[in-house]
Amino acid sequence: MSNGTLFGKLWNRHLILTNPEGLDLIHVDRSLLTDLSGTVGLEEMEEDGRKVANPALHAAMPDHVIPTGREDTPQQAKLRERFVRNLDRLSVQQGIRHFGRGSGRQGIVHVVGLEQGFTLPGATLVCGDSHTSTHGAVGALAWGIGSTEVKHVLATQTLWMKRPKTARVWLDGSLKRGVFSKDLILWLIGELGADFGREHAVEFAGPAIDALSIEARASLCNLGVEMGARFALIAPDEKTFAYHRGRPYVPDGELWESALEDWRTLHSDVTAIFDKEVRLDVSDVTPQITWGVSPEHVTGRGGAVPAEGAESGALDYMGLCAGQSLIGLPVDYVFIGSCANSRIEDLRIAADIVRGQQVAGGVTAWVVPGSEAVKQLAEAEGLADIFIAAGFEWREPGCSMCNAVNGDLVAPGKRAVSTSNRNFVGRQGPNARTHLASPATAALCALAGEIRIAEPEAAICPAG
Amino acid sequence: MQAFETHTGLAAPFPVENIDTDVIIPMGPLMMTPRARLGEKAFLPLRFREDGSDNPDFVLNRPEFRGASILIAGRNFGCGSSREGAVHALQGMGLRVIVAPTFGDIFYGNCIKNGVLPVQLDDTEHARLMQVAIDANGGAEFGADLPRQVLTLPDGTEIPFDIDPGHKSRLLAGLDEIGITETYKDAIAAWQAADRKAHPWIWAIEGSA
Ligand code: SF4
Repeated sequence: MSNGTLFGKLWNRHLILTNPEGLDLIHVDRSLLTDLSGTVGLEEMEEDGRKVANPALHAAMPDHVIPTGREDTPQQAKLRERFVRNLDRLSVQQGIRHFGRGSGRQGIVHVVGLEQGFTLPGATLVCGDSHTSTHGAVGALAWGIGSTEVKHVLATQTLWMKRPKTARVWLDGSLKRGVFSKDLILWLIGELGADFGREHAVEFAGPAIDALSIEARASLCNLGVEMGARFALIAPDEKTFAYHRGRPYVPDGELWESALEDWRTLHSDVTAIFDKEVRLDVSDVTPQITWGVSPEHVTGRGGAVPAEGAESGALDYMGLCAGQSLIGLPVDYVFIGSCANSRIEDLRIAADIVRGQQVAGGVTAWVVPGSEAVKQLAEAEGLADIFIAAGFEWREPGCSMCNAVNGDLVAPGKRAVSTSNRNFVGRQGPNARTHLASPATAALCALAGEIRIAEPEAAICPAG
Repeated sequence: MQAFETHTGLAAPFPVENIDTDVIIPMGPLMMTPRARLGEKAFLPLRFREDGSDNPDFVLNRPEFRGASILIAGRNFGCGSSREGAVHALQGMGLRVIVAPTFGDIFYGNCIKNGVLPVQLDDTEHARLMQVAIDANGGAEFGADLPRQVLTLPDGTEIPFDIDPGHKSRLLAGLDEIGITETYKDAIAAWQAADRKAHPWIWAIEGSA
């Protein structure tokens, strides 16, 4: 039964069989292998002497561990040896395509999958990384898995899954100028909670979603998992198809035409029945910033920390008091990057704000493009020059300060405004204090040297 | 994989919401530590103080709960990153059962695949169990019986719980999943052959580098 939902249609299409206990065996059309879970999965395959079942359906690339600076520290060199080299070696051994540094295709899996057209509408896609929900932005059925499952996919091209329930978040209205999809999703997490989507596949729909660009939808679906949605999904539309046409792994000619015909049927029917549905109006959403240690610890009320109900542990960790305002707090680091916000549109938005100005003294400000393709385009468009002239560091593509396992980290006790997706305790380094925000807000904070939030009306960029 | 059938042990109350897998095992130590020793690093940010000494406020550091094998956790336990090392770390410190009102979905699946029993209870039952665990203060044994789907309180009271039958049978059998799947290889091949015809654009990638 699909109940007429987009999710149900895609699930049924990939259902091979249901076992007597009610678990579904689902076909995996695409898999992305990172230098962490991907490397581990391939190493385990090697230990068992197993061959990858369908090597052509995978793409491997270093992102989590690969350093983004010019020279490796001894620690970075050690990690590179173990994780980055092994991914390359084992991919080659198994006949899996590998996008190494310098190939022009390396980058964060959730940026590269979309921009290379490796992710297709209607396809199933998995990766040993929770932010795989990102790929739902183009109508792929995409979800994050653990490393045992990575190995299972490598060995069998399938996964045993319990069918999730379905939910729809319908968004009316339109975002104000200067309010971005990152603000929208942070606001939604604040409204609905960090576990709203648990056990559900969440479809985002409605006029406010239709108005978003594909890259803005990617940022939204990226943080879908921060509201508990292992699967985030947006029906593909003409914007999606225009985005896909001509990308390296998107078929052309007759195959493109038949794909298009099929993709146009991929949406929830008007009669679709969801297990859970909410409807919200986004017209009054303001720029958002987090104050605590869960993405649901978010505020749009001029940066005010809640006066009541705030978890004291979160406030202690962040060095804040209940009821205070974040505005004006000195900022030590600004990180523009991560699979949430490192695509070309994100960099354009930030560069527009930064143009001709200077990063405040004492702020370590980085821009880490999401992929080599984004980096090249940003350099060609002159965005890199804008950032560099302003005092930002312009780095090589990778996860960088988002996960801080690659040597890029926020110093203990320091405060960072970050365009990434997790403000967890220690995520950006031991005792690092992370405030999540949009690229526009991050850029403003870098210039001011303190937390600032733009008034939506005063913003200079269209919603995206 | 380790099978799970029944278990008895001490229960530690840990009523904090949204405990993410970065807290259960930070990525840095995860990458540098062999799986067998991950238990030493579990809950690293909560377990140790800045100078490296034990944080006496953390429940699993308290002498009463040192040997706890059942964790009564808060809402949305195991949210965040997909890292399976989070389950290995909990296992490494001796935890076999985690009880919470809700779990992160990926973490939940990782528990099933590693022989750790995740028990989801509604808010009322969860609050009751939490209170009993707090009152017991490490001085009494709790039980978990997967075939009968009940938790047992120290006074013998049973709390039934729901679990998906597919997950239950995987936990009870403790089998290698790849081995199971390979018994279906003809069905997979047939599905792929049909899909090559129905959705050829998915498969066109087989010809590209
Ligand atoms: S950028 Fe951050 S969230 Fe995204 S894949 Fe890398 S580590 Fe994960």
